[in-house]
Amino acid sequence: MNNLIGSDADSQRTLYPYVTGTSVVGIKYKDGILLAADMGGSYGSTLRYKTVERMKSVGKHSIIGASGEISDFQEIMRYLDELILYDNMWDDGNSFGPKEVHNYLTRVMYNRRNKFNPLWNSLVLGGVKNGQKYLGTVNMIGVHYEDNHVATGFGNHLSRPILRDEWHENLTFEEGVKLLEKCMRVLLYRDRSAVNKLQIAKITEEGVTISQPYSLKTFWNFAAFQNPTVGAEGSW
Amino acid sequence: MTKQQANWSPYDNNGGTCVAIAGADYCVIAADTRMSTGYSILSRDYSKIIQLADKSLMASSGFQADVRALQKVLAARHLIYQHQHNKQMSCPAMAQLLSNTLYYKRFFPYYAFNVLGGLDSEGKGCVFTYDAVGSYERVGYSSQGSGATLITPFLDNQLKSPSPLLLPAKDAVTPLSESEAIDLVKTCFASASERDIYTGDKLEIVILNASGIRREYLELRKD
Amino acid sequence: MFRNQYDTDVTTWSPAGRLFQVEYAMEAVKQGSAAIGLRSKTHVVLACVNKASSELSSHQKKIFKVDDHIGVAIAGLTADGRVLSRYMRNECINYSYTYESPLPVGRLVVQLADKAQVCTQRSWKRPYGVGLLIGGLDESGAHLYYNCPSGNYFEYQAFAIGSRSQAAKTYLERKFETFVDSSRENLIKDALFALRETLQGEKLTSSNCTIAVLGIGEAFSTLDQETVQRLINEFEVVGEDPPAEASAAPDQSDGAEPGPAAAAAAAAADDDDQETPAADQGAAPMDI
Repeated sequence: MNNLIGSDADSQRTLYPYVTGTSVVGIKYKDGILLAADMGGSYGSTLRYKTVERMKSVGKHSIIGASGEISDFQEIMRYLDELILYDNMWDDGNSFGPKEVHNYLTRVMYNRRNKFNPLWNSLVLGGVKNGQKYLGTVNMIGVHYEDNHVATGFGNHLSRPILRDEWHENLTFEEGVKLLEKCMRVLLYRDRSAVNKLQIAKITEEGVTISQPYSLKTFWNFAAFQNPTVGAEGSW
Repeated sequence: MTKQQANWSPYDNNGGTCVAIAGADYCVIAADTRMSTGYSILSRDYSKIIQLADKSLMASSGFQADVRALQKVLAARHLIYQHQHNKQMSCPAMAQLLSNTLYYKRFFPYYAFNVLGGLDSEGKGCVFTYDAVGSYERVGYSSQGSGATLITPFLDNQLKSPSPLLLPAKDAVTPLSESEAIDLVKTCFASASERDIYTGDKLEIVILNASGIRREYLELRKD
Repeated sequence: MFRNQYDTDVTTWSPAGRLFQVEYAMEAVKQGSAAIGLRSKTHVVLACVNKASSELSSHQKKIFKVDDHIGVAIAGLTADGRVLSRYMRNECINYSYTYESPLPVGRLVVQLADKAQVCTQRSWKRPYGVGLLIGGLDESGAHLYYNCPSGNYFEYQAFAIGSRSQAAKTYLERKFETFVDSSRENLIKDALFALRETLQGEKLTSSNCTIAVLGIGEAFSTLDQETVQRLINEFEVVGEDPPAEASAAPDQSDGAEPGPAAAAAAAAADDDDQETPAADQGAAPMDI
């Protein structure tokens, strides 16, 4: 069926996302990169899935964290797994590091936006290779950059101000995790799509470790939480 | 499920301001290092200036993904040029290439606003200024990007360049010395970052003259 | 009427299991003026002899930059060499466009070899008539490869191709064990000495050779004429007549490695009538 808006072929495009993951936060620390993301998969405002792994390793030197459309992220993982497989098949002592993977992803995301058929994600890419730490991000229209700390979605609004205050080059692993948990807790309080089940991923020269899911201690007994309208006359 | 997103757009405006000034034997090219989207800052330290050849530099603002793609195309084209001609491209040649590259995407444009600065084959400073689809002009100074509306009239006032309508044509280069030009650029950005929320964080200034290339930095407002 | 029943078509086998057209293409490599390459842990040096086809003409360029980290020296049909160099340049540019990092040399070499191989299996194509010495640097170190028209490729510590390359090979075989830890300067020196061997009596000057270097922290570049002349003078490479040991080149009884391949090359080097590569003797020259 054809109409003025578009043909059947156009309906293949992602015009809006279905199942989405919310923020990913990433930081550099003393020995590498740490990433944090919760495990919720939202269907609009419904919390549809509760155990979605949004961080994956990419070869030996990189990890990726994704927010946005989960199915598109799984498609991206198929691309990346193929990329790494073919890279390994050369078996020649060369391998893709985080920089190469990030650039490849940027090209993929930008090419898809050029075809008006975007992959509906914001991605964070971290890694360590040859003693070089790398942390970057790219979104669904191909905007990309590197930084000492990055965050997608609400994370950019709520976590990065914290990171700008508290991040420094020589964070230990424990300090890094603590900082990320602080960010994730703020997101949990203020981002309605965030859920209290998260993972933290670590990458160092030694390799990738992704933690088991766990939850944060929360405190909901603040007066403002219990009676948010107190002191705001006329509010309901 | 109701649609929650606004209609998808392939473009974004990541802001930023670029300025270039050509002198008799130098060229100053500058841009802030802030990258924004909407009211959020994505990065406070993203360089908008790249060196395309020995004697040409480009500063670009607009949509970062397009800008980066454009930079990569030009870099690749310059490599091919070097393989074929065994030399660096001149700044005026790069200017024409940039125009052609932009126009090639006339009907799905690069959302990129560029100033190209450098030295021409006589060693004279040159500045080329562009729109997104490739119209370009050689000028003595130019400003592009989110702060251009604030900076351009200020430069017009300070540099009092001869009218481009004069016959015979007057030289487009500015009469300022190199250090005066650098100071002027600093003033421009300090002022622009007062009013333009997309300009700030840090100013990167690249100075090109006969003795080579040099960089200077100046901290700008971070709010 | 035909000298050989099986050599009119690239895709036709001889009963002995050979593809004559492909072997003829390999002959073209031997006809070309010599090119040599050698490498240490950190550097690769490529060198070639420049021969003008007439008194009135200049010589053809035989060393090409592919990228900052890859260079190539060719022997055989220069025109084919240029086409393949352009292909390699494109591959490098495309790779760095996608990944913003340099294409690993070994991978480029395989792509190039696959491209050459296709020409040995299509009736409407002809094999490339050029041998390429590809020097490059990647994260696994410095490399030197030899690609030939058959689609075969080999990695070397040092190698020489083209006319009278056997003399250079003999020199390199005698010294290659020292190359691994060699300095940049010594590598160039050995390149010049090896090159001189191929000239057989002719004087080595900066106008009849080209030298190119690449290494860690040093992008590929061909040395300019003055530098080459200075090095020639410095190392006293000139020597009108080659030293006695070197002129005994084709003697390879002591060589540890030179197999039938080297023998075939040696046989071809001074042979005028190469059109009949002695159908039944020894291994197919394709092996090299």
